[in-house]
Amino acid sequence: MKAFLILEDGTVFTGTSIGANKEVISEIVFNTSMTGYLEVLTDPSYAGQAVTMTYPLIGNYGICRADMESLKCWHDGFIVRELSRVPSNFRSEYSIQQFLIENDIPGISGIDTRALTKILREKGTMNGMITTNENYDLSVIIPRIKEFKAKKVVEKVTCKEKQVLKGSGYKVALMDFGAKKNIARSLNERGCEVTIYPALTTAEEILSANPDGIMLSNGPGDPKECVSIIREVKKLYDSNVPIFAICLGHQLMALATGADTHKLKYGHRGANHPVKDLQTGRVYISSQNHGYVVDEATLDPQIAKPAFINVNDKTNEGLSYIGKNIFTVQFHPEACAGPQDTDYLFDRFIDMMGGAK
Amino acid sequence: MPLNKDIKKVLVIGSGPIVIGQAAEFDYAGTQACRSLKEEGLEVVLVNSNPATIMTDKDIADEVYIEPLTVKALEQIILKEKPDSILPTLGGQAGLNLAMEIEESGFLKEHNVKLIGTTSLTIKKAEDRLEFKNTMEKIGEPVAASLVVENVQDGVDFAAKIGYPVVLRPAYTLGGSGGGIAHNVQELEDILANGLRLSRVGQVLVERCIAGWKEIEYEVMRDSAGNCITVCNMENIDPVGVHTGDSIVVAPSQTLSDKEYQMLRTSALNIITELNITGGCNVQYALHPESFEYCVIEVNPRVSRSSALASKATGYPIAKVAAKIAIGYTLDEIKNAITGKTYASFEPALDYCVVKMPRLPFDKFITAKRTLTTQMKATGEVMSICTNFEGGLMKAIRSLEQHVDSLMSYDFTALSVEELEEQLAKVDDRRIWVIAEALRKKMDPVKIHDITKIDLWFIDKIQIIVDMEEALRTRPLTRELLAEAKRIEFPDNVIARLTGKKETEIKELRHEYNIRAAYKMVDTCAAEFEAATPYYYSCFDGENEAADTKPEKKVLILGSGPIRIGQGIEFDYCSVHCTWAFKKEGYETIIINNNPETVSTDFDIADKLYFEPLTPEDVESIVDIEKPDGAVVQFGGQTAIKLTESLMKMGVPILGTSAEDVDAAEDRELFDKILEQCQIPRPQGHTVFTREEAIKVANELGYPVLVRPSYVLGGQGMQIAISDEDVSQFMDIINRIQQDHPILVDKYLMGKEIEVDAVCDGEDILIPGIMEHIERAGIHSGDSISVYPVQSISQKAKDTIVEYTKRLARALHVKGLINIQFIVCQDEVYVIEVNPRSSRTVPYISKVTGIPIVKLATRVIVGNTIKGLGYEPGLQKESKYIAIKMPVFSFEKIRGADISLGPEMKSTGECLGISPNFNEALYKAFQGAGINPTRHKQIIMTVRKEDREEAIDIGRRFEALGYKIYATRGTARDLNAAGVHAIKINKVEQEAPTLLDLLLEHKIDLVIDTPSSGVDKAKDGFIIRRTAIETGVTCLTSIDTAKALISSLEVAHSNELNLVNIAEI
Repeated sequence: MKAFLILEDGTVFTGTSIGANKEVISEIVFNTSMTGYLEVLTDPSYAGQAVTMTYPLIGNYGICRADMESLKCWHDGFIVRELSRVPSNFRSEYSIQQFLIENDIPGISGIDTRALTKILREKGTMNGMITTNENYDLSVIIPRIKEFKAKKVVEKVTCKEKQVLKGSGYKVALMDFGAKKNIARSLNERGCEVTIYPALTTAEEILSANPDGIMLSNGPGDPKECVSIIREVKKLYDSNVPIFAICLGHQLMALATGADTHKLKYGHRGANHPVKDLQTGRVYISSQNHGYVVDEATLDPQIAKPAFINVNDKTNEGLSYIGKNIFTVQFHPEACAGPQDTDYLFDRFIDMMGGAK
Repeated sequence: MPLNKDIKKVLVIGSGPIVIGQAAEFDYAGTQACRSLKEEGLEVVLVNSNPATIMTDKDIADEVYIEPLTVKALEQIILKEKPDSILPTLGGQAGLNLAMEIEESGFLKEHNVKLIGTTSLTIKKAEDRLEFKNTMEKIGEPVAASLVVENVQDGVDFAAKIGYPVVLRPAYTLGGSGGGIAHNVQELEDILANGLRLSRVGQVLVERCIAGWKEIEYEVMRDSAGNCITVCNMENIDPVGVHTGDSIVVAPSQTLSDKEYQMLRTSALNIITELNITGGCNVQYALHPESFEYCVIEVNPRVSRSSALASKATGYPIAKVAAKIAIGYTLDEIKNAITGKTYASFEPALDYCVVKMPRLPFDKFITAKRTLTTQMKATGEVMSICTNFEGGLMKAIRSLEQHVDSLMSYDFTALSVEELEEQLAKVDDRRIWVIAEALRKKMDPVKIHDITKIDLWFIDKIQIIVDMEEALRTRPLTRELLAEAKRIEFPDNVIARLTGKKETEIKELRHEYNIRAAYKMVDTCAAEFEAATPYYYSCFDGENEAADTKPEKKVLILGSGPIRIGQGIEFDYCSVHCTWAFKKEGYETIIINNNPETVSTDFDIADKLYFEPLTPEDVESIVDIEKPDGAVVQFGGQTAIKLTESLMKMGVPILGTSAEDVDAAEDRELFDKILEQCQIPRPQGHTVFTREEAIKVANELGYPVLVRPSYVLGGQGMQIAISDEDVSQFMDIINRIQQDHPILVDKYLMGKEIEVDAVCDGEDILIPGIMEHIERAGIHSGDSISVYPVQSISQKAKDTIVEYTKRLARALHVKGLINIQFIVCQDEVYVIEVNPRSSRTVPYISKVTGIPIVKLATRVIVGNTIKGLGYEPGLQKESKYIAIKMPVFSFEKIRGADISLGPEMKSTGECLGISPNFNEALYKAFQGAGINPTRHKQIIMTVRKEDREEAIDIGRRFEALGYKIYATRGTARDLNAAGVHAIKINKVEQEAPTLLDLLLEHKIDLVIDTPSSGVDKAKDGFIIRRTAIETGVTCLTSIDTAKALISSLEVAHSNELNLVNIAEI
């Protein structure tokens, strides 16, 4: 069946419908990872977005549930050049086509994803609609597309109930703003007992459990929308418990301590972003997925100083908090998809809590 | 860290002559690195024995030595030039081995010269089998169970322990030379004995066989600060068991999930870190297809063929970055030249699929086994880029120029399903065609996978192509079907064949439906950043983004495609120089080529690079977009010449010599008329089509005759016939492939072969020099030792040659280059071949005369005159140096190939010997070619009757140098009768001990075996020659070469070489 991707600037791409047969409006973003489509599809940070894969051949190795970064797919839509008709890998359980249908995700294939990426690069991230309705009327739907804004996405993706991963080491409270599974797994593998809290849990409740450390997770959406969470994060900041934060967590901590964030033109989404550790001068390749960034100019030098920068565009990639046992990064040390080069940061977090136990 | 201020003068070692396993990729890497060093203000000294390379130009390095890559020569160059550093990682295995040797001897330390880029400790850890294994075990990286052995018995014992089959890998050899898989004791003993001999250190690794696992490679970079990145990974379609150089390879990997991809990536980074490499490195893995188990196969601590491929596949210039790292920079300080915005410390993201296919030489070695093993056999390769895998494969196939344009090109339709199953189990270069046929016969893909171990994903892609063939055959050609066929890159001619239409009809239909090729950019970043470098590939499923430039003048330069025997790196040299010259003349330059190993496909050579097949349709699509003012075909070898007619039909003017005149030189009848007009004699001959006609002509002319097809390069299919049987056999061989042009049968004249390259502006000619072949006529010019300036013909003959060259160039209205081959027989000059285009000898003659012929030819093409350029027309003053070009062969790599020389070219590369005196030049040339038969001082001579007189002289001279001579009956009898002591030895078919036993004792330095001509090249001789080659003994098959060799050995005693700095010529 034919499908159309209509952008808010009026550009229309014609392709083939994949996944669920339903119409959707969402924010269109692109990801440049060449592998790891399943990890991308199940990364809750993509809630409220439809993702274009710039790599043209997707689905080659099928679906292996063990690689899912959360329980389901949170994308609004999936945009590819070509879906493989045969999944081929010893762990593959079924095809990506089935996965999209099972998760009720609509999508489009057979379009020039490079042309789409160039539009997003030039004009910035924008909204779009995926539809199979051939009789669309641009004058009617473009205003509808423009109107779209993802709301309350953190509340949508966070866990509903507290959950505990047993461990004999440090007790870590993981604030789930849409956490990728590998964050908890990375801590658990290092012996930590990880308690995963819903995003709206109060600071009091978390602190009352006397955690050795607090982990603020990644998550979707505009960080400034999370007004109440930011309030709780401020309390955690004040608590003197060691804190490590990733992505949205990093942004929320910055906002909680008076800095500002702004939206990037088209974000960083992929597995090849170089970040420089300002302390050591070393450069690491990182996995990234963010549309917003902490505005370094707004940092209070008494409170936080840059710890990592992006080598390409020099935007902030991490902060260390003065006089506090807190450091936060914009990129994803838990990888999945992407390079594992920065997973040493989890070890650093262990050290912050008191070293190996 | 910024530039290391201690480094001021760097010596770069090249890789020497092109051999199988070490080809043009090192010219590409070396050239890029030299330019990158010079850009930093460093002085660069270059040494490489290969004169056909671009890196040995004085524009690339400050001081250039085309000297043999031996310790002796290198030490002298270091003493003379006093570099402070040596960059050893750009000259392939040859360069690396040489650097190691000179480092281990303590010479570098003594003279205060540092190895930069990579330390000798690192090289040792990576290259020495045992050290490598220990290092891997130390960091927990798995390697296959293995043992380094130094004798056959230890290997047999170990294999008994780990079980057969086992893989054998000799240490310090290139292209997996001497390696293989042994399935039983007999095979093990054979391969192991051979491998031990070939290894520089006499070590071979015996290893658990992991054949059938996925073969995955990572290209990794690391700087001195410890920052590491991977440039890309690659997946071999052919599983472990086929050398990666002979495999079809795809980038990035297609069947690895992120878990597997990152597991191996992390491993590669751990390895480069542990080895402490600063620069580039290639890590090869075997990955179990049904688990996460993997083994590290090998690590190359240097740039390699794979790194050239990765550079072209991603746009990331590995050699350039490696050179910058070597002189102190860190990855985050080096700009990404493609985007101009980002830095070298990132990992390329591809938004396309790259397919590489090997160019195998089985069309040249028809007796050779086509089996592919862990020993590389390919002479070159092609790369294609597309938005989908099927398209990439289809484009790569037609880039090969091996009479293949689709998966139907090898006909296996006659095979039954059972026979196909058997055929699938044989791993050879036609396997994907066999798979296609199996799928056509409805064999289950799972069964194909079980037999071949090729991943089902790739088999399904072949299925898609096969299904499309069927759809085109049976369904109406709708717009949708045509669009889909083009999306997966079915060329118009194949669609035409399948639909029963004409190719022009398909083209018209496409245009009616607006189905046209669009061009996408290779930008390293999947469009995330704007890119500045116009490096394009085509697809049929997207919008065009090739920049619409409208400069004043725009020229299209056609490259020469894959490196093959007969068309090597020299044509890339010509294409690149022509591009530079056009740029200087104010043209916008566009290169089309598909060879990832070359300098011409580096993204900053031409203003625009199209990485595309060189077929008329692919070229026309580019012409439609670019609308060039003209095209140049005379520098791209036969590949480009063949496109002339098509270009004219597209309305693209051919710059330089016109197509009609090119044709006149190739078309026998037209050419005869021109010779007649010019009053130039040539050996008598006629054109024929059939076997019967050929035999008739041969008998009229009288034997011996020369039989050859027209429009070929490298004398393909050319043979000397002495009987009707010969003629009939040669005609059959030639006619295996449909001939569009007639076959030539000429009287064979045995004389001196002379070669001339000249530039002509339509009026005047410029001849930089006259070259002479050491071997008498009958041996292909590319396989002959070539001497400049000519030594052994009279002044009268020289004058005649100059005069004939002038007449011919004028008669053919040559504008640009012309190459003419003459025979001088009893002081009479005959023309045997005229090529109004660049030739194999152009780089060599340019360098030794200091006359930049390609540049001059290009300037003439755009309207300058020879006089206007400041040159006196005619033959230029002879150089004070003698320069000798020596062919180099790769016979040991090709099992079953006959090594005897004849009119069909067999050499893969060449080296140069240059000196003020003839014999030293000869000595250097033999040294450069690795011919140094002085170890045991024992030789074998088995010489045909005609050569005996000369053999006596040669024998006497070897005897005088203290050699012991063994000879077969007739040769021994004649030698002894002439007073040369020779020990008679039995021929192979006679009773033992025979000549073969003697060879296998490893006590022989040289075999001089001149086979009798004709088809009846005794099986006996064939076995002797093969055994010699396979036991590492030099074997000469021309009495002239033997004579030259003894002359060079007679002067070998002097210790000091006369070094010649090419940059000062």
